[in-house]
Amino acid sequence: MVGASAAGLAAAETLRREGFDGTLTLVGDEPLAPYDRPPLSKQLLAAEWEPARLALRTPDDLAGLDLDLRLGVAATGLELTERTVRLADGSTVPYDGLILATGVRPRRLPGEGAHVLRTLDDALRLRDRLTTGRRLVVVGAGFLGAEAASVAWRLGCEVTLLEPAPVPLAHAVGTEVGEVLTRAHLDRGVDLRCGVTVTEVTEDGVRLADGQLVEADEVLVAVGSLPNTEWLAGSGLTVGDGVVCDEYCEAARNVYAAGDVARWYNPLFGQSMRIEHRTNAAEQGMAAARNLLDPEARKPFAPVPYFWSDQYDMKIQAYGFLRGHDEVAVVAGDLAEGRFVAAYRRGDRVTGALAVGMPPKAIRQWRQAIMTGADWDGTVPSGSRAEPVSGGAPA
Amino acid sequence: MTVGSPAPAHTTNPMHEEGNPAMKVELEADKCVASGQCVLAAMDVFDQDDDGIAILLEEQVGEDRLDDVREAVAVCPAAAIRLVDQ
Repeated sequence: MVGASAAGLAAAETLRREGFDGTLTLVGDEPLAPYDRPPLSKQLLAAEWEPARLALRTPDDLAGLDLDLRLGVAATGLELTERTVRLADGSTVPYDGLILATGVRPRRLPGEGAHVLRTLDDALRLRDRLTTGRRLVVVGAGFLGAEAASVAWRLGCEVTLLEPAPVPLAHAVGTEVGEVLTRAHLDRGVDLRCGVTVTEVTEDGVRLADGQLVEADEVLVAVGSLPNTEWLAGSGLTVGDGVVCDEYCEAARNVYAAGDVARWYNPLFGQSMRIEHRTNAAEQGMAAARNLLDPEARKPFAPVPYFWSDQYDMKIQAYGFLRGHDEVAVVAGDLAEGRFVAAYRRGDRVTGALAVGMPPKAIRQWRQAIMTGADWDGTVPSGSRAEPVSGGAPA
Repeated sequence: MTVGSPAPAHTTNPMHEEGNPAMKVELEADKCVASGQCVLAAMDVFDQDDDGIAILLEEQVGEDRLDDVREAVAVCPAAAIRLVDQ
């Protein structure tokens, strides 16, 4: 396994659990044992949790996996024909089977001195600076930026959130839901400015496309991620916004990919996707491991993606594939109250659901609808479609 | 690559697996992120309260439900579930 985070760990555990007793090498570029990333922009940033709580497994559990653990060393090359992985320390690891789980890294902006938020080090560095009264500019009001903004606001920072789109996250969740998330920032006095493009980070803050300077003590850049695939250049694997795999997560014979870096064909939605969700990392790591171990019984990986986001007092939960939806309908609760379930249509099927502040049972039935590819007209009460609806993507 | 019969999870002591199938499930509810993945994996062992936080229905699980619970341990996005020998 190349990549020692959630996907790589899940793959390793699955291989052992399913009876693989050969040498299992886990390579990770960070020097730390596998740890959990979602809390980095939540409990850890808020200083509610200390780093030790992020460990995905106890030292005993890890030891029980009997791993050849190569931490703090990045993979630098792959030789498919020789079946070897080259590491940054000059060593070479031979393999019979390979699982690629090298994840993503943050996109950056020109200029020095901005924070990003991907690793434990990143989060600790930022959290040291989030003291009362400090001016934080967050570039990008996606899920990560919004979570960080909400934590910083709670810590008493003066927060400015800069977003190029007219409504944050509208491309993913639709305009109406995006507006609910927008209101949460504005209600708390976070200075959310939409339709602005940041061109560079400067010593005093960030420079906008119109030349204006937005002053800040700290800048966090949260403008998406790039899959870590450069090390695979020339390997013969197909790389295109991720490691391209088939529906079994296989990229080449006995080579699989899992987690944030994997672009695979999800037969449930009939399309290729790359999902940067914590739950997908574990599920895909498990699926890839099983398919690698027992190719005769291999199964397509056809999950209903799931993610959650904590922003202020809202817990946002989403199932399915929301991007590129044709229609959104509020099927329970009320947008104005900030408690609702929204269903997403693509073609004639229910393909997504997003809930805020609703009990689990209200959400589960929608997951089921997505999993079974339920017909939209037969599932979504026509009354609920009287709510203002919109396409999240241009028609 | 060797594929044998299903091996016990790493948290088990293989010496105990056959004779003493019951294992203990530990849930750290304050780590729970309310994803409900555990309920999907092992519906008769886990439930969720109204806030979505996981609830343990059974602390001891027998051999028949170990696979489901192991699945729940593996898919829990908060690493909030452990399966331990007694």
